Amino acid sequence: MATYKTNEFKGGLKIMLDGDPYSIVENEFVKPGKGQAFNRVKIKNLKTGRVVERTFKSGDSVEAADVMDTELQYLYNDGELWHFMDQTTFEQLTADANAVGEAAKWIKEQDICSVTLYNGEPLSVEAPNFVVLQITETDPGLKGDTSGGGGKPATLETGAVVNVPLFVQIDELIKVDTRTGSYVSRAREE
Amino acid sequence: MLARIRAFFTERAVMEVETPILSRHAVTDPALQSLRIEPGGTGTARWLHTSPEFPMKRLLAAGSGPIYQVCKVFRDDERGHRHHPEFTLLEWYRPGFTLRQLMDEVAALVRYVLDHLGHRPKLAEERIGYRELFRSRLVLDPWSASLAARRSAAIGLGVPGAAQLDLDADGWLDLLLSHCLEPDLGRDGMTFVYDYPPSQAALARIRSGVFPAAERFELYVDGMELANGFQELTDAAEQRHRFEQDLEQRRSRNLAAVPMDPELLDALAAGMPETAGVALGLDRLLMVAIGARHIDQVLAFPVERA
Repeated sequence: MATYKTNEFKGGLKIMLDGDPYSIVENEFVKPGKGQAFNRVKIKNLKTGRVVERTFKSGDSVEAADVMDTELQYLYNDGELWHFMDQTTFEQLTADANAVGEAAKWIKEQDICSVTLYNGEPLSVEAPNFVVLQITETDPGLKGDTSGGGGKPATLETGAVVNVPLFVQIDELIKVDTRTGSYVSRAREE
Repeated sequence: MLARIRAFFTERAVMEVETPILSRHAVTDPALQSLRIEPGGTGTARWLHTSPEFPMKRLLAAGSGPIYQVCKVFRDDERGHRHHPEFTLLEWYRPGFTLRQLMDEVAALVRYVLDHLGHRPKLAEERIGYRELFRSRLVLDPWSASLAARRSAAIGLGVPGAAQLDLDADGWLDLLLSHCLEPDLGRDGMTFVYDYPPSQAALARIRSGVFPAAERFELYVDGMELANGFQELTDAAEQRHRFEQDLEQRRSRNLAAVPMDPELLDALAAGMPETAGVALGLDRLLMVAIGARHIDQVLAFPVERA
């Protein structure tokens, strides 16, 4: 079993703690003038996203988490699970709602997503930063209003609802920033 | 800063010395890891010093009188906001001085250097015993508190992950000192902490009494440790005993075995005058002088870019 010593700690390192995989966010070495040194770390639980602090005795070893980030293509949703494919090996993987989380609102077939694998299984899925989606439902806008002053809700093909300017119409494609869930611009089919 | 330090000691008739950085022996302290090298692939190990203490004591035993040294020292596995594996130490020894006199001199030197740099004029100074510090601020007696009491103090004070730590009696004190007390030591001034638990004597003499204490001090400025001083142990037999205890500890913790320094033991046996000695981190003094938060701010090229 792979382990890391505290002197290997650095941001991004993936470790196991209390049975959960964590990513080190910040590592600080603390030592009194003489005596025992400590590593005080901020770590993020990769399952829950919660960030907690822990203190380790310097020199101790911690089990490495079998976690890696990879790019996978989203294929389809079978009503329960999301199916992804590795584009080089063509291996298919499935992710549950817990792993897909917020990304479910934004991804559509063919999108390339950043997926974190834990023991070979998807642990979390991140939607691309920007996605282009079609509007399936929105109130008709006012003709001639191109200023974008104010806005209205629009439902997208994935079911997500975003606030769009009044001039944007049903069936149009728009670009959305998935990190903030906000409208960026109108878009053309790529 | 270096010119200022040299002027300070010239004025006080303390002689500057140089001792080897590379040694056939190494420090035994389990909390200090020496960098080991093999010159020319000879299979013969040498160690980079973690402080010039042993050879400087040999000079004292040979009758050098008061001496100081400014040199680079090396400590493996130490890297952080305040730690760098290679750093500059100012170490000096005062035969005939008491620890109190040496604290006076340390305070004078720090003021002399910082006043000149103009950023921290007239630093206030306080001195507090280690036991009193723990008792007044943490309501814990570091001499007598049980392991469970030390542990629950750390948990109660919110040290993250304290409940999962497995530490010995001194380990808990080190945790409490570095996490709960240190940030407030030397706030806007100099705080000397003195009289350490005998188990943390390192190379200091132990004064007997109801609460026997290691005659040792540390100086803190802005919540950062700057210096560590000892009323030096001059008893060769006791020194050998501590070396052996250290080596035993190293074995039990699976740390690298290192050869103790017999030359130091010989020097102590031949007779070293009663001496107070101190080591002061110059990188950190410079951090204090310019208000730096990270040691990299006072280094030309940190180890990752060296």
